[in-house]
Parts: sequence; C-alpha cells; structure tokens
Amino acid sequence: MATTVETPKPLTVADFKGRVDPDWCPGCGDYGVLAAVQKALVDLQIPNHQVVTISGIGCSSNFPGFIETYGMHTLHGRALPIASGVKMANPELTVLVTGGDGDGLGIGGNHLTHTMRRNVDLTYIIMDNQIYGLTTGQTSPTSRLGMKTKSSPHGNVEGPINPITMALAAGATFVARGFSGDQKHLTDLIKQGLQHKGFSFLDVFSPCVTYNHDNTFQWFRPRVKRLEDDASYDATDWVAAMEKSTIWGDEIPIGKFYERTDLPSLDQAEPVLKDGPMVGRPEHIDPAVARTFIEELM
Amino acid sequence: MSHTFSIGIGGAAGQGVATPGDILAKIFSRRGLHLNAYNAYQSIIRGGHTFLTIRTGPDPVTNMGDSLDLLIPLNQDTVDRHLRLLGPGGACIYNADTIKPGEHAEGVQLCPLPVSTLADITRNKVAQNTLAMGAALSMTGIGFQSLEAVIREQFGRKAPAVADENIAVARAGYDYATQHFQPFATLLPMTDSRYAVLSGNTALAMGGAAAGVKFYCAYPMSPSTGVLHWMAANGRKAGIMVRQVEDEIGVINMAIGAAQAGVRAMCATSGGGFALMTEALGLSAMAEIPVVVIDCQRAGPSTGVPTKTEQGDLWQMLGAAFGDYPRVIAAPVDIADCFTLIPEIFNVADKFQVPGIVLCDLLLSEGRLSVDPKVLDFAPHVDRGEMITAPNGHGDGSYKRYLITDSGVSPRAIPGVPGYTHVVASDEHDEDGVLISDMYTNAGKRRAMMEKRMRKVRGIEHAVPPPRLQGPRDADVTLIGWGSTQGVIEEARAQLAEQGITANQLQIRWLVPLHGEAILDELRGAKRTIIVENNYTGQFARYLRSETSFVADGHIRKYDGEPFMPHHIVEAVREQLAGETTLSVPAHEIMV
Repeated sequence: MATTVETPKPLTVADFKGRVDPDWCPGCGDYGVLAAVQKALVDLQIPNHQVVTISGIGCSSNFPGFIETYGMHTLHGRALPIASGVKMANPELTVLVTGGDGDGLGIGGNHLTHTMRRNVDLTYIIMDNQIYGLTTGQTSPTSRLGMKTKSSPHGNVEGPINPITMALAAGATFVARGFSGDQKHLTDLIKQGLQHKGFSFLDVFSPCVTYNHDNTFQWFRPRVKRLEDDASYDATDWVAAMEKSTIWGDEIPIGKFYERTDLPSLDQAEPVLKDGPMVGRPEHIDPAVARTFIEELM
Repeated sequence: MSHTFSIGIGGAAGQGVATPGDILAKIFSRRGLHLNAYNAYQSIIRGGHTFLTIRTGPDPVTNMGDSLDLLIPLNQDTVDRHLRLLGPGGACIYNADTIKPGEHAEGVQLCPLPVSTLADITRNKVAQNTLAMGAALSMTGIGFQSLEAVIREQFGRKAPAVADENIAVARAGYDYATQHFQPFATLLPMTDSRYAVLSGNTALAMGGAAAGVKFYCAYPMSPSTGVLHWMAANGRKAGIMVRQVEDEIGVINMAIGAAQAGVRAMCATSGGGFALMTEALGLSAMAEIPVVVIDCQRAGPSTGVPTKTEQGDLWQMLGAAFGDYPRVIAAPVDIADCFTLIPEIFNVADKFQVPGIVLCDLLLSEGRLSVDPKVLDFAPHVDRGEMITAPNGHGDGSYKRYLITDSGVSPRAIPGVPGYTHVVASDEHDEDGVLISDMYTNAGKRRAMMEKRMRKVRGIEHAVPPPRLQGPRDADVTLIGWGSTQGVIEEARAQLAEQGITANQLQIRWLVPLHGEAILDELRGAKRTIIVENNYTGQFARYLRSETSFVADGHIRKYDGEPFMPHHIVEAVREQLAGETTLSVPAHEIMV
C-alpha cells in the first residue's frame, strides 16, 4: 500500500509577513530592505522557526517586529554580540542581524570589528541612511562632510567612515553593498549573504526620506553601478576590493565586493561544537569527567 | 577552633612565592588537614611585595588568622615587614647569604640557611625556596616523604631530572634543619580525611559546570580572571563553550544571546566590568532571559586597587540598570559556597526568568580553602523553569511569550521550535511580544506588564531561605555580616567567648530577596547589634536600614584593601562594649 508523505507547502512572502505593519515613514528605504529579506528567505525556503532576526535600536532596528521569524529587539548597538551568543549556542539556526548605521558603526562599532574578525556565521544588514532618524535627525558615522543636521547646523566637520573598507580591513569574509532602490539586485545579495558560511556584511543604502535631504533615492539612482555588470571584476581579489571600496562620487559601486570561502566560520572552528549544538545537551556533565576535576584538586 | 599553624611566605613578584605555597597546601591537605590560604599581592608582574599566608589545622580553617608561626622571607623586604609579627615559639627560616633579620620578639627562633653552601645557586634560581620548604617539613615533623612525592608530581611530568634536582635540594634543607634547628613544640597531626584545595574562582567555575552552564564568556579582569582560566582549560572536557569577548558589554550581551537560544549562560567580572554590563541586565529582566553574572569585588572606585579586596559593590548591584525590575543577588559566605551557590542561583534565575548576580570578592576569589570533596556535587538539582523546547500544543500561533500569569512567569519557547515564533523585546511590549512603546503606547498594558514582571518578586522570596541567627540567642552582642566575612566573624566570636563575651551572628547570603521581616524577627531581643563589613560607608547597614528601618548599634568597617583578621573584630567589639565608639575602623598592621 502506498503511503502518502505530506509535502510541506512552499513558503511564500505572506508566510514571512510580520504581525504588525512597519511603522516607518511612507517612502522609507527600509521597506525595500524588508521586502528583499522576505523574498530571499522565500527563495531559499528557510522555515520561519529556523530563523532568528536580531536588531539593536533605531528606526531600522524595529525590523524583527515586521517579519515572521524568531526575533530579538535588543539594545542600541548590541545586536551583534547577542547574535553571536545565539549562533554559537545553536549553530543550526539562521541568524540575521539588522540595524542602522548609528547602531552598527557608531555605538556598536567595537562589536562590529570583532564579530567580523571572528567570522561568526551571521548575515548582517546595515540599513544605511547616513543619519540618525529615530532621534529626529543628527549626524551619523556615515554622514558626509559638511552635511547640515540638527547636531551639525553649521555643517558636519567630521568625515564619514567607509563601511566597506572597514569590513574588508577587519576580515569580513563576505562584503557587499546594496541599494534599497534596486530590489532584485539586493535580494540576490541577501541570498548570497545568507548562503555564505561565515560573517556576511551588507551595507545597504536605505534613504531616510524625512531627515536626509542629501542622500535621497534620486541622488543614489544615477550614481550606483553594479559590480556584477563588470565582467572583469574579481570578487575573490581582496586588493581589488579594497581599491573598489574607495570609489565614491559620481559613480558608487554596489554589489559583492569580496567573498572568501576558505576560512572556517567560528562555529566550525570551535572544538566544543564537534559534539553538536550546545542547546539540548544533558544538564549534568559526565560523572567520570567531574571526578577528574575534583581529583586534580586533591 | 583547635590548634592551627600559620606559615607566611613573602618575596618580590617573580621570586617564586606561589610554588612553595602550592606544594605546602598539597602536603597539608594530604595529611588530612584543613587549610586556608590568602595571597596579598600587587598589580605587578615582577617586583613589589607578595605575601602568602597558609594556615592549617585539623579543624576547618575559615580565615587567615591573627599571627604567624613560621615566616619564610625570600628577600630582605619581607623580613623587615613581617618578622616582628612572630611571637614566642615562632620561627623564621631565611637565606643567611642575603637576609639580615632585624628586631624580633623574645622566643623567636632564627633559622639561617647557608644557601650557597647547601645548593648550587648558579644552577637553581629558586634554591632558597626549596631549601626552606625542606627545612619547614623537618621542623613541623611532617617528614620528607610527602614533600618528595609532591615535588615529583609538580616537576616530574615536564622533566624528571628537574624533579630529582629539586628533591636533592629540598633534602639538603631538610637534613640541615634536622641537625641545626629546634622543631616546633606542637607538631601537625595527621587525619584520615582528604580535602580538595581550591580557590573561590575555581569553585565558581566548577559550580557553573555543575549547574549545567553551557556557555561562559568573559573579558579578563582581576580578580575574576581565574574563572575564565578554569573554564578555558576545562571547557572542552566539561562541554562548555568558552569565549573571550572584546569588552564586558559584549560579554553580557553574548551570554544573553546564548541564554535566549536555550542554554544556561554565565559570565564573571569585577566592579568596572560590571558597570559596563548594567544596561544589559535591564535587557535580561525586560526580555525575561535569565543569565548569571558574577562580580568579584575589588577595592574601588574606578581602577581602584585591582589586587585588593572590598565589599564595595553592593549598591552598584542594587541599582544596576535603570527602571524597576526583579533580580536576585547572593553573596557566597566561603569558598565552598562559591561552588554550591551557583546551581542554586541558576535555579532561581531560570525559574523566574530574571538576572542573577553573585556578589563575590577578591578574598574568596583568590583565596584557597580545603573543601570536603562531597560538597563539590556535580549532580545538583537543576530546575530550568517553564521552557518550551518542542511543540506542546500551542504551535498554532496562539503562543504568547509574555503571557500574563499569577506568578508573573510566562513559559519560554526557544528559537527553533516550529509554531512558536515571537519577538523578545527590550522595549515595553504586549503579551505576544509586540512593542507598545512606539505607535501603540497604552498605559493600561504598560501597567499590566510591569505588574506581571514584578509579581515574580513574591515567588522569588518563597524560593530562597531567610537568614538564621547562629549562636546563643541571649548573647551579649550580635554581629551582622554578609558574604565572605562569615569565617572571620565566627572565629572572632570564639575568641570573644574565651574572653567572657558571648556573641551570636547573623550572616546574610541572599541580599535580594533580603527577607526583611525575618531579619527583624531574628534581631528582636538582640542586646547590641554591630554590622561588620569591608567598605567605607556601611553599604549593607544602609541597605538594611532602607529595607527594614533597622538601625544597628555599632559598625566595624575596613576599607584598606586587606581582609579582616579575627582580632580586628574582637578589639572593635570590646571598645564598642566599653562605650568608646560606635564606629570602629581597625588598622591593618601588616604592610603588604
């Protein structure tokens, strides 16, 4: 007698729709990032319960509430260490980290550097709007020199950080830049990031339509140029990636700058995980091992 | 306490004070003797002054005591600082080539060792230490065999030739002492008991392993680093993931992440690192993700005195993170308790999904104590609380992570369980985790969630035992202490009893919940109450007053970086009973 095996229904974008609608301003770049993430998860058919979306604080950090996965909406700047803890305790989970440029490059800058160096298997999307939005418009670590904001009414005298150069220097094994206004390209980058075994860094232009009147969709659209359109560009060449990362002006490259797959991610390198995830292990340690601990003291 | 014997070994950092200390500790514990060791040192890798006190005896030795029986100075500085502390019957074993002892009390035996004639000091840089150990073993009547065995263990694995050489040097010291020096009047006995000797930091780490900790992370900070060292050395065997993180902010957040994934997660630091962690303690409480944080107190504020002890972080713990939230705080009362407290506090933290804080201090963290191996129970009761680790019938989307319940505790689903997806949030949220802080702020819901979380306080109070008075109810004086002062207060009580003053003791282990009513009951009828603590402002006295309106009759406080010795408390009690003062600040006579 033939048995029927129930095939799970393929996941659709509706399955990843959050319980509440986003509260971002109409026209905000973050909508495009959310849609691209949902589409990438559908394309890869990753079950909702296997995904943990983790954010810090800020407009874009409200993200976990707007997507149907396990979520953690945590502290300003602290999403990466929290995500590292989740991933290292249970490497079977897909851990996605989302947030803004202030959260990741300002208050969380120290964690970002070290998480990249450790090659923790996370996909980190910075929704980079070059401004602090939730606090109503102050300069951010990526605000351009001279930009006038509420905290720099006479023009920003500090220069911006270059997230791509920084990620390359810190040892990130997947470095890409996307644009919320180029959905198809962004979705493809996020899919690649999710599939990359190691730390995937995605700096995504996500214009703030309320507080940043310099770096708008209209400003970006003619400038962004896909690296993928240049057949000669080799994304495994770190030096070429560093050079490309410095280009900024009339032309701004987007796409995958760099990927290397020869380094183990932290969970692959960690010997204690050879016996499987930390989650679900027996609470008590082997009595024979416990005895050796005591005998060493006698 | 019956007969005890104290040895002080001192020298500059790098002169090798630790090795003879370790060897003597091992020899004493193998004779079935109890011991307590405390190392006074400075934040320096080479130079300075390090002074190790090892006190041993057939009964439990709870503190470093008041005096020395044997002094082994490794340099002139040490003999200058400590020789005058030896009383009649005491002895000083020293290198006759380099050290000139000064004034000493009548009845002190000076034992010069002709180091350069007994050993080849060009070959063996620590010959004076090894010779002195040999001599000490002769004078205490312990015999040479046990020393030979321990030296062979200590060096044998690396190089048998080195072991042989050291044994020969020790033997020369032993024989020289047998011929030239008087043995001590009371020789150390031998018992059938066997004890484990461990530091508080090792006990905290092992207690974590026993509690089922699966994730430990830290940033190095004295005096908590020993916990990291044990975890790093043994984590793989114990099945514990150990991570060194970029800073303490990262530490606690990483622990919270691991805890959210479903494992017991622990971290340790000292006051400065704890200060960095405080925002995330609020996250632990708000998102209801239990973690245990150990604070090994050192003398503050700021960088303070990194190698000295204090009980100065209590109010930092009480006030850590903004807003009101339930927490538990406990202070281990001795090194054995550093082990047993960890499974206990994890059970409370897990059951009520709150942060747990262990308030240890340098005295316990870096001190060493003989502990009955039976106390080191690696299969303690583990209560993870209400956790959902597999679908249990609510996987239809009706699951509410922050379900409002009578106990305030909501069943906790961990990521990976199908059908229970939800968001945990640091923002105020509704029962299902949806934020109510941004668009949908709702005063009624906010109040309901605050009350839900704070209802846990009642349950926590029932889960934790109240303190009990130790000693005679009708005592002349009641000494109130908390945490690490238990042993020294006990010994002070015994000394007071010998002087005709009866004292009882209320030692506080659980600081939050405090059980204020129970404390007032215990103190009702006390003739005179004195609070003993290692800080300037009387942090516990102020806390007790704020919680119970109880005002003690007197205070004994010490904030010079060194721990209390029994006579400090005895003399302070006497001066307070004589009506001379209500605040005693004992001076530490030993310059370390």
